[in-house]
Amino acid sequence: MAEALLEVADLTKRFGGFAALENINLTVSPGDRVGLIGPNGSGKSTLVNCICGTLHNETGTVRFDGAPVDGLKTHERTRLGMARSFQLPRPFTSMTVKDNLRIPLIYTVDARAKSRLSPAELDERCAELLRLVGLEGKAHKWPRDLTQVEMRKLELARAMAAEPKLLMADEAMAGLSHSEVADIVSLLIRLNERGVTIILIEHIMSAVMSFSQRLIVLVSGRKIADGVPQEVIQDPDVVRAYLGQ
Amino acid sequence: MGIPYELLINAVIAGLLLGGFYAAVTIGVSISFGILDIVNIAHPAFIILGSYIAYIINSRLGVDPIVVSIAMLPAFYVLGAAIYQIYYLSFERRGQEALRSLAFFFGLLFVTEVTLILVFGVDYRYVEAIYIGPTLRFGFVDLPLRMLVPCVMSVLLLVVLQYYLSRTFTGRAINAVAQDQQALQLMAADPIRIKRIAFGISIATAALAGALLIVIQPVEPSVGREYIGRVFAICVLGGLGSLPGTMIGAILLGVVESLTSTFYGPSWAPAVAFGFLLLTLAFRPAGILGR
Amino acid sequence: MRSSAFLLCAVVVAAVVFGLFRLRGDEYYFFAGYVVLQYIVLATAWNILGGYTGYVNFGSAAFFAIGAYSTVALHKFQPAKWTLSVFGWDVPLGFLDPLFPLPIPVLIVFGGVIAGLVGLGTGYLTLRLRGAFFAIATLALAVVVQTLVTNWDYVGGSRGAYILRPASVPLVGNYIEYLFLIMLFLAVVAVATARAIECSRLGYGFATIRDDELAAEASGVPTLRLKLIATTLSGAFMGMAGAPLPYYVTYLDPASGFSLAYAVNSIAMPLVGGTTTWIGPLVGAILLGTIQQIATVTISSAVNLLIVGLILIAFVIIAPNGLVGLVQGWFRKKDA
Repeated sequence: MAEALLEVADLTKRFGGFAALENINLTVSPGDRVGLIGPNGSGKSTLVNCICGTLHNETGTVRFDGAPVDGLKTHERTRLGMARSFQLPRPFTSMTVKDNLRIPLIYTVDARAKSRLSPAELDERCAELLRLVGLEGKAHKWPRDLTQVEMRKLELARAMAAEPKLLMADEAMAGLSHSEVADIVSLLIRLNERGVTIILIEHIMSAVMSFSQRLIVLVSGRKIADGVPQEVIQDPDVVRAYLGQ
Repeated sequence: MGIPYELLINAVIAGLLLGGFYAAVTIGVSISFGILDIVNIAHPAFIILGSYIAYIINSRLGVDPIVVSIAMLPAFYVLGAAIYQIYYLSFERRGQEALRSLAFFFGLLFVTEVTLILVFGVDYRYVEAIYIGPTLRFGFVDLPLRMLVPCVMSVLLLVVLQYYLSRTFTGRAINAVAQDQQALQLMAADPIRIKRIAFGISIATAALAGALLIVIQPVEPSVGREYIGRVFAICVLGGLGSLPGTMIGAILLGVVESLTSTFYGPSWAPAVAFGFLLLTLAFRPAGILGR
Repeated sequence: MRSSAFLLCAVVVAAVVFGLFRLRGDEYYFFAGYVVLQYIVLATAWNILGGYTGYVNFGSAAFFAIGAYSTVALHKFQPAKWTLSVFGWDVPLGFLDPLFPLPIPVLIVFGGVIAGLVGLGTGYLTLRLRGAFFAIATLALAVVVQTLVTNWDYVGGSRGAYILRPASVPLVGNYIEYLFLIMLFLAVVAVATARAIECSRLGYGFATIRDDELAAEASGVPTLRLKLIATTLSGAFMGMAGAPLPYYVTYLDPASGFSLAYAVNSIAMPLVGGTTTWIGPLVGAILLGTIQQIATVTISSAVNLLIVGLILIAFVIIAPNGLVGLVQGWFRKKDA
């Protein structure tokens, strides 16, 4: 039994009197492909933010790679191996695509190794990342000149540049066409095969079902299901939660 | 007991009255910053502008300054709406970063102050009204009318605004626009128009606050800058966007300032507000009645 | 171009400028030039924080004045009159007497250190929050520092302080030329530092903070640490710009030390020039600074400031990337 990569225990997050997340417990093992679904406002992004440290949870602990990370800042968690992509792509607009990728290389990979990659090595890694996500040739483009799907690929490439053990992809496919969605799903599977544990937060059921080996359902801040995708989607609570919206 | 009991009570009462007034000064920013999330650091400049307008009309025509300000409310409202329109077209729509909008408001603050210096010079100006001068006395307790009247007006202002924001359709829409623009659009209300109305109201309150200010103390163009620290300290302390919170924060600051003034000297007053600001920012960004 | 090569070029340019001014021989040029150079430092300093990281500092006057007033305080300091109490031993400070009054370069370092520490402190308390709160805190800081200085009689309080220039002057014979030279040197250092930062990893880090701080954190950028570095550097340079001021004006009071001119110019110059590179503040300072020096002769200083304020508002609305941005945009259109 592999030791868990990510353990979330009794996590609660409140905004004023409103509980966005209540007593969330979940465990993710290395190599997992986990889908996280739930209606709008169920707390999926909030959960990602709490795990990354962008938001502070009131109670509960988060353990990553065997050690507690509560109290660590987001960039420290990134250096430990946690990466996330954002729901709405947030590229660094004053830099080219390639420079966007250099940032995590400089600030995470170098920082972790306590050494510096040479300019040639940096170039090589950027080229490799671009190839990985299918953005070869776009190295010198500006984020504002990219298409929607290209921006999402850049988001994922930037997350991958930090050499993460865990990648949390927050709605990486919203607004994309059928074939673009399939494109991103196969990319995520490729990344997983390289050894990255992935939590995919998504609304697009076809993508979630084809990607996930395990499915977690969040409704109104609570986890109501966690298991094999086929079984979860037939769970009466889950069905009610979705039909009831 | 070394502390002069009567001095203490009077300092606290003066602080309460001052705090009430501070609420009127802050309420505009509670709306623009707390609800609309627009960092209008130029707000004190509009207050001073209101003070000077009250001064001109009071000194030329002898009209009561507070009456003048009420007459000026529509004009200030229009000014606010116009500024919001420029702000929206230049910054919000383009998605420009905070830097530019902050610089814009700073420019407004600066230009207003310098224009007032050019037109009026740096001499202190004051107004004349029947309630400036007399003081009510209850035993050893002093209630200067020139502090009491602005405090009462301020409370009235807050009550009216609270009613407006919670009972009327537009008012509730203003509250909603902070949280959920989409919901507003679904309700067939134009978020831009709602924000413009809100900002207009915010600047309109400056007209009244300006009149109250010049009743309480003589005014010269740089006085506005002293209030920036106070206004934002109260805003953060009271919880952004909460009107009752604004009053509580204002009274708290007023009392502490008054006590400091009485026992350590009035020149330390701006430092008190700044200290408050830093403390609130460092420890409770959500304020006391948090959002 | 490597930073060391750039520094060399900058020194050469500075030497040429100084040489030209000496050839002209007119003392007025040195007086006016000092002010423009001072603004180059101020604008560049402001931009390290405001332009590179996007955090706006409205209290430039405070940092500048801290530099100026630390000079005043040290100028008045007479070690012979003081005794330091350390662990029960009394150490008379008279032995430090020959060092005082301190030479200007030392005063600059002091001014820079103190201002830098204040920047660090303010930043530490407010930079974990949104940029808007930092901006507000700096505005309030300016008022507070002015209040403190106005109430501090040791440096003259509201009455002001008179500063006597030393009789002998190192390097060049003329005192105003000496001050000019010092400020020239400071300007070179400031601009070279800004450029070095811009082209470095640190500069990239700053840019990510400006572009999207959340994404920067998620990418491993230690945003708080970088912001503190920027604030400290920025504050320090502003303090250094202010340190020689008392010797330039010979009479310093809070009204002139905290003049509105410093507040608005340190923001207007980078914004007009362009905030994303080191060239912007330089261009903005030279342009606006020179215009103001010429205008002060013909129109009142208040009208002067009004115009600067209006220019600031106009540029922020119409040309948000400044003159540099306009030029870059023009070149891009030619390529397209």
